[in-house]
Amino acid sequence: MSTGKKDETEAALTGEVARGDRRKQYVVTRVLQGCAAVTIATTLAIFAVLIDNAFSFFYGQRLHEAILGATLESRVGVVEFLTGTRWAPYHAFPDYGVLPLLNGTLLITVGAAFISIPIGTATAIYLSEYASERVRGVLKPTLEVLAGIPTIVYGFFAISFITPVFIRPVFETLGFSVSFYNAFAGMVVVGIMTIPMVSSISEDAMSAVPDDLRNAAYGLGATKQEVSTQVVLPASISGILASYILAVSRAIGETMAVTLAAGHRSQMTLNPFVEIQTMTAYMVQMARGEAAMGTVEYQSLFAVGLLLFVITLSMNLLNDWVKRRYREVYR
Amino acid sequence: MSEKTVEIDVENERGETQEQDETRDGAGGNETTREEVAVETRNLNVWYGEDRAIRDINMKVPEKKVTALIGPSGCGKSTFLRCINRMNDQIDGARVEGEVLFHGKNVYDDDVDPVALRRRIGMVFQKPNPFPKSIRDNVAYGLKIQGKTDSLDERVETALRQAALWDEVSDQLDGSGLDLSGGQQQRLCIARAIAPDPEVILMDEPASALDPVATSKIEDLIDDLSRDYTVVIVTHNMQQAARISDKTAVFLTGGELVEFGDTEKIFENPESQKVEDYITGKFG
Repeated sequence: MSTGKKDETEAALTGEVARGDRRKQYVVTRVLQGCAAVTIATTLAIFAVLIDNAFSFFYGQRLHEAILGATLESRVGVVEFLTGTRWAPYHAFPDYGVLPLLNGTLLITVGAAFISIPIGTATAIYLSEYASERVRGVLKPTLEVLAGIPTIVYGFFAISFITPVFIRPVFETLGFSVSFYNAFAGMVVVGIMTIPMVSSISEDAMSAVPDDLRNAAYGLGATKQEVSTQVVLPASISGILASYILAVSRAIGETMAVTLAAGHRSQMTLNPFVEIQTMTAYMVQMARGEAAMGTVEYQSLFAVGLLLFVITLSMNLLNDWVKRRYREVYR
Repeated sequence: MSEKTVEIDVENERGETQEQDETRDGAGGNETTREEVAVETRNLNVWYGEDRAIRDINMKVPEKKVTALIGPSGCGKSTFLRCINRMNDQIDGARVEGEVLFHGKNVYDDDVDPVALRRRIGMVFQKPNPFPKSIRDNVAYGLKIQGKTDSLDERVETALRQAALWDEVSDQLDGSGLDLSGGQQQRLCIARAIAPDPEVILMDEPASALDPVATSKIEDLIDDLSRDYTVVIVTHNMQQAARISDKTAVFLTGGELVEFGDTEKIFENPESQKVEDYITGKFG
């Protein structure tokens, strides 16, 4: 090795060009990091605002004021909030038990899941295993359109079509009394609007199952239905369960459609034909400005919002857990 | 090479003694006079869209023998194999013309159910593809879907023994099939294919993804299998074809069957100059 060769190599490896490239790379990395940090910062900020304000619902002062030394007054007990069965913020004797709202939300969510999960899964199986290229070319964009319809349109669809044309004629003939706003309409529209979520994520998971596995089963004389249910479904179960959880989270957080379809009457009921109120619908009502800022009624918005946030966060954590848990078994 | 040639001779003798009491003039045809024909193709053509993958293949696959299909990449040998159990049905745009006779019945007739066909003609693929299930469930899968669920454990054991895998996995039947080595996985797939007791086993380059030791195990196994099953194997490894097969079919580019006959003859004294060039490595 001559000295000249060594110097030349060193210059190439450490010289101006190499340093310039490294500087550029550093800047690019920082910019990308910064963008990613925005989403994290926003999430944390929302969480902080919710907690700060919800604190004043319970204790009369915001959390940061309390930390700075403001005197607390007990307004609504946490236990009373979480276990109370009457939600009546405007009543002469107001009550802040969140269970009727939670009841409304869960009623809609469970009902919607009974629609979106079976139909979405079946659609996914059809798209992934049965449909020809041509049919898939029509069906997939249609589902994307379904996913892109604004939820307020779904809500309007519920009160102008689903309730008067479908629910009322059918169930009133069967002897039920159906009110104009009813939980059932909410379940139906939220179910329909979450079908694309289940079907597209599940279909992605099923399509990712290697053809080798399908061929193995076909080669043994399995029917298409056996291949779909015994080979493809188990191999893609983590993705399919993830789609269910995401659809349920979406149903929990769904706002405009249920506000329009299911109404504003908070009550503890499992009857799908009466008017109910979900957590989100209550928040719409309250945010419209019927109460003055700082009052208990107004601050209740944040307590309900915080609860909603905690529920959807748990769903996300559950989603992560399910993905990890089932991937271990099948990969 | 001389040793290997001897092996082939032994194979042929064994085959002939087995078939002494079978109808001597049954099947007809020059090369298969004294052999029962399991699968016969007549003017078989396959198109993928506009492309003709194989053209006018006429071939008689003898029963309980190993028939090797060799040829360069893209010559249509795998396509031909997949015609026999109609796995080409799974491919969009694949079109088959001509006849594939399985004991005289055209498998492309409208009244043939491909599912039932595949229960008689099993398949082993290039890449080992065990299900993400236990070893036991892998072998039992074909039995279960075919309703052969009586004495399941015994059938599973028999299949694993036939596939020369039993001694290695008998204490871990509930472990995942994916935890086995590549060679073991391929033998598991063979066990899975033979468990429901098909008549014909199609193998699509079953050893091409394996190391030499695993390959030699698979080759020994194929030799054993030909006692009970008709084996049709695609391979791109000519030595392998020479070692394990009784009959060899040489496909060349364009999807044509150039020569078909006793393996020994194909490798030592082929009729076609093209086949000789291919086998001696002059092209392909």
